[in-house]
Amino acid sequence: MKRNSKLQIISNGIFAQNPTFRLVLGMCPTLAITTSAFNGLGMGIAATLVLICSNALVSLLRKVIPDKVRIPAYVLIIATLVTLLEMVLKKFVPTLYSALGIYLPLIVVNCIILARAEAFASSNKVGDSILDGLGMGLGFTLALTLIGFIRELLGNGTIFAGTLGSLSFGLSLGAASNYSLKFFVLPAGGFMTLGLLMAAVNAITDHRAKKKQAKAEQSAKHIDDAKAELDTATENKTTTENGANVSAAANEGGAN
Amino acid sequence: MEYFLLIIGAMFTNNFVLSQFLGCCPFLGVSKKTDTALGMGLAVTFVMGVASIITWCVQKVLVLLGVEYLQTIAFILVIAALVQLIEMVLKKYMPSLYSALGVYLPLITTNCAVLGVAILNIDTYGVAGGLSLLQSFLNGVFSGVGFLIAILLLAGVREKMDQDSIPKPFRGFPITLIAASILSMAFVAFGGLISSSGAISLLFN
Repeated sequence: MKRNSKLQIISNGIFAQNPTFRLVLGMCPTLAITTSAFNGLGMGIAATLVLICSNALVSLLRKVIPDKVRIPAYVLIIATLVTLLEMVLKKFVPTLYSALGIYLPLIVVNCIILARAEAFASSNKVGDSILDGLGMGLGFTLALTLIGFIRELLGNGTIFAGTLGSLSFGLSLGAASNYSLKFFVLPAGGFMTLGLLMAAVNAITDHRAKKKQAKAEQSAKHIDDAKAELDTATENKTTTENGANVSAAANEGGAN
Repeated sequence: MEYFLLIIGAMFTNNFVLSQFLGCCPFLGVSKKTDTALGMGLAVTFVMGVASIITWCVQKVLVLLGVEYLQTIAFILVIAALVQLIEMVLKKYMPSLYSALGVYLPLITTNCAVLGVAILNIDTYGVAGGLSLLQSFLNGVFSGVGFLIAILLLAGVREKMDQDSIPKPFRGFPITLIAASILSMAFVAFGGLISSSGAISLLFN
């Protein structure tokens, strides 16, 4: 049971409350960075790291920070973490550092991180807060990678192209890249892809909710049917009993 | 001429929302009605102008002390304090403007357009030392005006869309994003007016 609730905290961030598709938070990096799946993944991981650390710190300090200055305190914690991350990336993954550009320092004002600090970490235990950060971060990363994948495939005709240090990887679809639609790499394509994906997610959730409802109705109907059957059965039983009585009476009468 | 190009570039070619994706959260969140969109846009323009000046000075101090790596932390603190200060000053001396801007003022702290313009003024235009103080201020104000134009246009579209029958999965954010996409396509056309790098390089020739 306890294990279940921990898993639920993680899956909550990935599906039920996916920060991009359900909560619609952190739109700037979501739209700006996702011109390729590699950048999306990088941004997702960077944000996840900050999210986990900030959730942990905020949760640890939740009893120390006075209520009135909590927002500036959270912003300060997040800004420190982002600065650290910036230094690490600059040193070890300079390609990703330059690809993320201005959006890396802007993680500070990413609403997901502040929103989770305020809504979850400030009133929950450290362990749960870390799990929440992990779940939300994974949901964000998944969404960004998915959007990046679609835009990169349609806009550049490549799959997961990128370089990590001296290592470059990714697939180029030779023929497809000749017919690529530059639209999808432009800002307009970013808005469009996210809009269509969000509509698809909505349609799927609606469909599943309807199915669930239909199932619930059906099972409710089954119960009703079963009840009705039971009722008729009892009625029949009473009638047969009555009948038996009657016939018994008749028999008695006959016997008399 | 230089300044004219800078202004046009900030408003249209490099429109903050539609071509750089800065300030998307309020752009999508506060664009249901035109009057609230106008309030938000004005507040952002105001804060971006003032923040551009202050962060420019703060950067000079950071360079003087040799602690440029503290840029992010210093800027976000300055912006948060600035918003708070502006709120107090407006409340005292311009209550009508204060009540018009209402809840949008405090929200601006977490608007990435403000932090974005501060960082862009100093880093990204590829010039050593960044823009000058006057250029920074103009860039801040007119990027804000660009934001105002974009959010007003989107709010107008959304008000009209309220009366249409939209397929259920598209209602709310998805159709707004698609409207923003079409708006953004229109703004791509401004790219032909001056090339985005051209506007900036002209400034320093």
